[in-house]
Amino acid sequence: MMLEAGAAAAVTTVPGGGWLVAAVVWPVVAVLLAIVAGGRHAARIALASMPVGLAVAAAIAVRVWPGGEALVYVVGGWAPPLGIALRADALSVAMMLTTGIVITGAGLFAHADFAPQQGEPETRTSLVFWTLLIAVWGAMNLVVMSHDLFNLYVALELLTFAAVPLVSLDGRATTLAAALRYLMFALLGSVLYLLGAVLLYGAYGTLDITLLASRVQPEPAAWAAAALMTAGLLAKTALFPLHLWLPPAHAGAPPAASAVLSALVVKGSFVLIIRLWFEVMPALWSVAATQLIAALGAAAILYGSVLALRQERLKLLIAYSTVAQIGYLFLMFPLAYDPATAQLQGGVALTGGVLQTVSHAFAKAGMFMAAGLMAKSLGHDRVADLAGVGRALPMSLIAFALAGVSLVGLPPSGGFAAKWLLLSAAVSTGQWWWATVLVLGGLLTGGYVMLVLIRAMGSAVEPLAPLKPVARSREAIALAMSLCAVLLGLLALGPVELPAFGTWGVATAVAEVGP
Amino acid sequence: MSTVTLFGLCAAALVGLGLYGALTHPQPLRKLIAFNLLGSGVFLLFGVIARRGAWQAVGGDPVPQALVITGIVVAFAATALAVALLLRLFKESGEASLDPPASDGASLGRRES
Repeated sequence: MMLEAGAAAAVTTVPGGGWLVAAVVWPVVAVLLAIVAGGRHAARIALASMPVGLAVAAAIAVRVWPGGEALVYVVGGWAPPLGIALRADALSVAMMLTTGIVITGAGLFAHADFAPQQGEPETRTSLVFWTLLIAVWGAMNLVVMSHDLFNLYVALELLTFAAVPLVSLDGRATTLAAALRYLMFALLGSVLYLLGAVLLYGAYGTLDITLLASRVQPEPAAWAAAALMTAGLLAKTALFPLHLWLPPAHAGAPPAASAVLSALVVKGSFVLIIRLWFEVMPALWSVAATQLIAALGAAAILYGSVLALRQERLKLLIAYSTVAQIGYLFLMFPLAYDPATAQLQGGVALTGGVLQTVSHAFAKAGMFMAAGLMAKSLGHDRVADLAGVGRALPMSLIAFALAGVSLVGLPPSGGFAAKWLLLSAAVSTGQWWWATVLVLGGLLTGGYVMLVLIRAMGSAVEPLAPLKPVARSREAIALAMSLCAVLLGLLALGPVELPAFGTWGVATAVAEVGP
Repeated sequence: MSTVTLFGLCAAALVGLGLYGALTHPQPLRKLIAFNLLGSGVFLLFGVIARRGAWQAVGGDPVPQALVITGIVVAFAATALAVALLLRLFKESGEASLDPPASDGASLGRRES
């Protein structure tokens, strides 16, 4: 007991830790203000709070990234295991910045759709959209910063509850059914996660991630908990074969909501899987477990890409592309496995995985926005009838193409840097079969991106039906998102040194030798 | 058989029943009830672990009891959201079922016919 108290006292709030509280408090304040002020002001409040959110994320980033030291805030001064800690490391910061930029982009993009115009009655859709957009931001911040498994459960549920209604904003029966199916998958996933968390508490007496990491032993209780939590989180991340809810949900939502759902919400539970596998129980996994999860990822890549190729509707094509791109995220697990120490270690593979998470977020946001503009202009989103849209909306088409460049993994995009890192990890660990999957996935992705580009650049056989005008500024936002995905690769390959993802092993070692 | 074992087995049975129901029933309302059954099993497990007090030498561990209250609130909110979606779906389409994932166009066609 004394030793435990000594170790716990080591977890204290570090200078600047208050920023972590700010990152959770501002979205809550903004959401409450928006609800009180009503639909007419919700858009204004949400848009006005976005710079605050970006500033908070930047303030945390400048404190964490240069030295790689995590920011820690102990809530209420109660140290774990009794209290809970918020902790932001390099991974948290990468996700917070991505969340901030994508949601700000989605907000600016959605202004034309959801901001109530002068003289029109206020709508409930507008209020719901703006409050939930900020709620997703807050929930994402909480998911990437929480350092306690139960707090993470609550954060994940917040994220789900904010995301599900975004699917059915238009209130049609098909989108309501899609939202309900999404909710059913998510609820089953979170209750399995909770079951695993309670098993861990029963076995080790704490839910704090750092403390658990030093206590978990390879034994049946930990295995059962790990399997339950992973299965639950996979359902929320929509890894094949638990992806069934994703395509109708992401394709049915309004474009700005699709962008947020596909770019960010599925990544929340994925970050938690990284924490579980790499940080809480790196030594628990066998070679077979890492190969199995990567095999599911490979199946997702092939299945998702082939189905994307066969879709008749553009938004469904992009949604199936998300199913495929999520598969890439899981290829890093066997590549990060170090047979010498028999545990998962951060390194090239983990950096590649995180880069893929971030670059896919930007690319997919740009792609959904561009597709939304094309659909709005044409009045439909049938892939076969896209001819002529390239002439009418060149900027949107370039946004789509640049996002495609990143998804395929062409240099110098972020997707290229990510897949290059994964590929070199596969080669250096002698696991050529994952390299094959990476290359094959890239080819298939190239297929469905080119399919859309060729159709869109063709000239219309019959005179086009009058196209609805689309604001240039909205096209520019879609383009900006895609450019972020491409420029990310230049930054990652160029002068900027990537922060060290996954220095947790070191932290655990220090905690063990500490007092 | 000690109380802790008895309630632990009850929790396991509830989890098993709930999981079976959630996976096998196609109707969303039954799925939702199964989810609540599964949740009750997990919450009972919280109680069992609190009673066992594995990490304290005292009669009961207060931490799981605090967690279970939050868990119940979250499960309640989830159920409310699901029921609201289900009611709205029934109002819009006249049926409260989830078809096997069909393509958007196919289900649209069915609705119009």
